[in-house]
Amino acid sequence: MAWFVSKKILQTLLVLLIVSIASFSLLKFAPGDPVQLMLGSEYSAEAHASLVKQLGLDRPIAEQYVRWLAGFLSGDWGTSFVSKAPIFRYAFLEALPVTLTLAASALGLAIVIGVPLGVLSATRKDTGWDAAVATLTLTGTSFPSFYLGILLIWLFGVQLGWFPTLGFVAPWDDLWGGIVHMTLPAITLSTYFLAMIVRLTRANLIEQLEQPYVAAARARGEPRWRVVWVHGLRNVMLPLVTILGLQLGALLQGAVLTETVFSLPGVGQMMTSAVLNREYGVVQAGVMMTACLFVLTNLLVDLAYPFLDPRLRPR
Amino acid sequence: MADVALSSPPRAAHSRGAMAWAYVRGHVWFVIAAVVVGAYVFAAAFAPFVAPFAPTEQDMMSFMAPPAWGAHLLGTDSFGQDLLSRTIYGARYALLIGLGAVAIGAGGGLVIGLAAGLIGGRVEWALMRLVDSLLALPSLIMAIAFISILGQGVDKVVLAVGVALIGPFSRTVRGDVLQVKAQPFVEAARLMGVGTLAIVWRHIIPNVIFPLAVQATIRVSYAILVSSGLSFIGIGVTPPTPDWGLMIAEGRSFVSFAPWIAGVPGAALAVLLIALSVVGDGVREQFDPKLRKEG
Amino acid sequence: MALALARPASAQPETPSAAPAPAPLLTVARLSLSRGEKLILDEVSFTLKRGATLGLVGESGAGKSTIALALIGLLQKPQVGLEGSMALDGSANLVDATEKDWLKLRGRRVSMIFQDASSALNPCFTVGSQLMSPLRRLLGMGPKDARSRAIELLESVGLNDASSRLDAYPHQLSGGMQQRVMIAIALATNPELLLADEPTSALDVTIQAQIVRLILDETQKRGASCIFVLHDLALASQACDEIVVLYGGQVMEAGPSDVLLAEPLHPYTLGLKACVLELDTEELTPLPSGAPSFASRTPGCRFAPRCGNALPKCVDEKPPLETVRGRKLACWNPAA
Repeated sequence: MAWFVSKKILQTLLVLLIVSIASFSLLKFAPGDPVQLMLGSEYSAEAHASLVKQLGLDRPIAEQYVRWLAGFLSGDWGTSFVSKAPIFRYAFLEALPVTLTLAASALGLAIVIGVPLGVLSATRKDTGWDAAVATLTLTGTSFPSFYLGILLIWLFGVQLGWFPTLGFVAPWDDLWGGIVHMTLPAITLSTYFLAMIVRLTRANLIEQLEQPYVAAARARGEPRWRVVWVHGLRNVMLPLVTILGLQLGALLQGAVLTETVFSLPGVGQMMTSAVLNREYGVVQAGVMMTACLFVLTNLLVDLAYPFLDPRLRPR
Repeated sequence: MADVALSSPPRAAHSRGAMAWAYVRGHVWFVIAAVVVGAYVFAAAFAPFVAPFAPTEQDMMSFMAPPAWGAHLLGTDSFGQDLLSRTIYGARYALLIGLGAVAIGAGGGLVIGLAAGLIGGRVEWALMRLVDSLLALPSLIMAIAFISILGQGVDKVVLAVGVALIGPFSRTVRGDVLQVKAQPFVEAARLMGVGTLAIVWRHIIPNVIFPLAVQATIRVSYAILVSSGLSFIGIGVTPPTPDWGLMIAEGRSFVSFAPWIAGVPGAALAVLLIALSVVGDGVREQFDPKLRKEG
Repeated sequence: MALALARPASAQPETPSAAPAPAPLLTVARLSLSRGEKLILDEVSFTLKRGATLGLVGESGAGKSTIALALIGLLQKPQVGLEGSMALDGSANLVDATEKDWLKLRGRRVSMIFQDASSALNPCFTVGSQLMSPLRRLLGMGPKDARSRAIELLESVGLNDASSRLDAYPHQLSGGMQQRVMIAIALATNPELLLADEPTSALDVTIQAQIVRLILDETQKRGASCIFVLHDLALASQACDEIVVLYGGQVMEAGPSDVLLAEPLHPYTLGLKACVLELDTEELTPLPSGAPSFASRTPGCRFAPRCGNALPKCVDEKPPLETVRGRKLACWNPAA
C-alpha cells in the first residue's frame, strides 16, 4: 500500500515538474521582450540593464528556473503589469475560487441528476424512455456548451426573466444571490457531464445487473429496488469515478467557455485577457493552476480506488 | 470486416440495392448524420456558389435585420453582413481547422507513439511522461497557452489545437504498437529473419494506422469544438473571418434584441457537432479495435 | 411472524403408516417455458417430498438450471412464456406468482445456492453484511442478534474464526470458503426448499465432496428439501434420493436414484452412466457444432437425433412419461 501510494505521488510530482518546466519556457519562448513590456514608457538602456539584473535574467537558464519555481511555490507569482497587482492574489485568491465554484456546482448538479437518470434508463432498457434518454445524452455530449449558454440566457434571462445572465456573486458573501447567479452557468456547464454520467451509469449498471451476485441477492429475498440502487450501483462507483477524474480536464475547459458566456471573473476570463494583453505571467499562472488541479484530482481518484473497490485493497 | 457489423441486416436482402437498403434501415441515424455531414462538406467546398453574398459584404441598408423572406433569409449581423452566407463560409473554416488540427495531432501522435512503442526502455518512459504532462492540461487551456506565444489567426489556431491533441493520439498509438508487437505473426516474421524496418513497415504500421484513422474521425468534432471555443473567447480566429465561434461571440452581446446573430451560426455548429459525433460513434462501432480482435 | 413460515427443524415426527401419505413439498406439473420460437422446457413434471433430495441431471442446455430459476422466480422475464404449474405445499400455482408474491417466498421458503460463489457474492460488501441482510430484513433481527446468529451460521458451515470472517470481503476467502458462506446465507432463514445449482462445479475436486456433504447435512438437520442441479449422474445418485434425467428440456427418465443407476432404461440415462463409469464417450456422440439447438421445436423426442435406439416414430411423436419398472420413463424403444 505504501509502495502504491508513494509511486503514485512520485509520478504526479514528475508530471508537475515537466509541466512547470514547460510553463517556465512559455515565458522564454514568448515573443517580445518582457523587460521592455514592463518598463513601458520609462524605457531606457540603463533601466533595461538594471531591471534585467534585478530580475536575474542574466543568470544561467537553470538557475532562473529554480528561482522561478521557488518563487512559484512560495506564492510569489510576479506582478501583473496591467493592474500592477500581485498575480498570486489575482489568479489564486480571486479567479480560481470563481472557477471552482462553477465547476463544483456543475459537477454536483450532473451527479445528482445524472446518476438517477442513468439508473432509470438501465432498468428500463430498450423502452421508449430509454431511447429518449439516449437521444438526449447523445445531444448533450456533443452540444457546444457556449452556444447552450447563450440559448439559456435568451430563454431564461431575456424571454422569461427568471435569472440574471451576467456576473458572479460569491455564495459565501450572499448565498441566495450566489445561487441565482450560478444557476444558468451551472446548468450550461453540467450538460455535458450530465449526459456522460447518464451514459456511463446506464452502461455499467446494465453490465452489473447481469452479474450472478444480483440474482443471488434477489434469491435471498432482497427487493429489486435494493438490488439495483444498493448492490448494482455500489459496483458502478469505480468506473464512474475513474471517468469523472479523467474528464476533469473537460470540466475545466468547459468552465473557461462558460465563464466567457456569463462574464464570470474566473480563470478563463483571466487567461483570455492575459493573452490579449500579452501578460505571459498570468497565462503561466493559469496553466500551472489548471495542471495542478487536474493532476492532483487524478491522484486523489487513484488513491480512492481501494475505498471504491475492496478487491483493490491490500490483503 | 463486414461480419463485425453489430446489427446484421435482415437476411432477405438479395440484390446489392436491397442490401444497401437493409443497411440504411439498420443504421438510420448513422445515415442521416452522414448525409448532414456531407451537406456541410458540400456547402464548405462550394461556398462561393451556394452562398448568396460574399461573407464580408456589408449591406448598408440592413443592420441586424431579422430572418425574413427576401434578400437576407437568415438575417444580418451588426455590420450588415448576411448571416446565411457567413454561416456557409463558416463551414469552410470549421472543417478546415478541425481536419487540420486532427492531422497535426494524429501525425504527432503517430511519431511519438511509434517511437515510444518501438524503441521502448528509457526513451519510452521519457516520452510517456511527456505525454502524461501533455494530458495534464485540458486541450483548450493548452491551446490558449500556445496562442499566447503564436498569436491569433486561422493557421495559429490549427497549430495550437493540433499540438494540444497530440497527447491522446500518442497514447493510443503506443498501446496499439505494444499490442501488435506481442502478436504471434510479428514473432514469426522475426524468427524468419525479417529485418526490423521491414517488420515495422509491413506489420506494425498497417495495424496502427487503421485504429488511428478511426480515432481521428472521432476527434474531428472535438477539434472543431475546441477551435470554435478559442474563437468564441476572443483569442482564436480574428474578425472579420466568418468563423462560427467568433460569430456566436459577437451575437452574444445582442442576444436580448437580435438573438439570430448568435442563433444561426450556433445552430450550424451544434448540428455539425451532433452529426459528427453520431458518425464517429457509428465508425467506432464498426471498426473498434476491441471488437476487431475477436472477429 | 416470518419464522412461523418455516417448519421447526426437529419437530418432524415420522407419522405412522396408518396416516395418509403426506402431501409433497413441491409439485411441478407439465411446466413449459417458451422463448419465441424456442421451447426451453417441454412439459416437465416431478414431485419432491419433504426432507427429500432430488437431482436434476443432464448436459448443459438441458434446462435444469432454468427449472431452478423458475422455482425461485428469477427467470429473466418471469411471467413470459411459462406454462403449466409448480406449487409449494399450500401455495397457489407459482407460475402465476407476481414479483410481490415471490418476495414473500424468496429467502423465506425457497433459497438458492449458485454455481460460482465468487461471482454470486457482491464484491463490494462484506460477507457479514450479505449474511446478515436476510436475518435482519426477513427475520427482523436486531443488529446484535443478527451478528451472533451469523457467527453461528458460519461456524455451522465449517468456517473457523467466524467472527473475523464476517468483516472480510468475498475476495479475501478461498473458493471453498465462499461457497460455504453462500450455503450459510441460503440456510440463514431456514427455508423449506434449497436449490443448489451445480454448487461444486467451480471448486477443486478435493472439496467438492465436502461441500455436497455439508449441504446434505445442513438441509437434513433442518428437515428441508433440496434440489441439486448436476451434470454428473454418479454424484447425483450418491447425493439424492430421486433423480430426474433431462434432455433438451424434456424429462427422459425419473425415479429413485438406486433404481435408475442400477438399471437405466432410457438410452440417454444409459449413455450418461456409461460416460461416468468408463469415461467413454463413444455411446454418446457429441452434438455437431452449429446443430439446431436443443430448444427448437420438434414433434418427437429431443434425444432422437443422437440416440442409437431411435425408431422412425421417435422423431415424429413424443413418447409419454409413463411408469415402467419403478420409475417414470419417456421412451418408445428403451434399452434392455
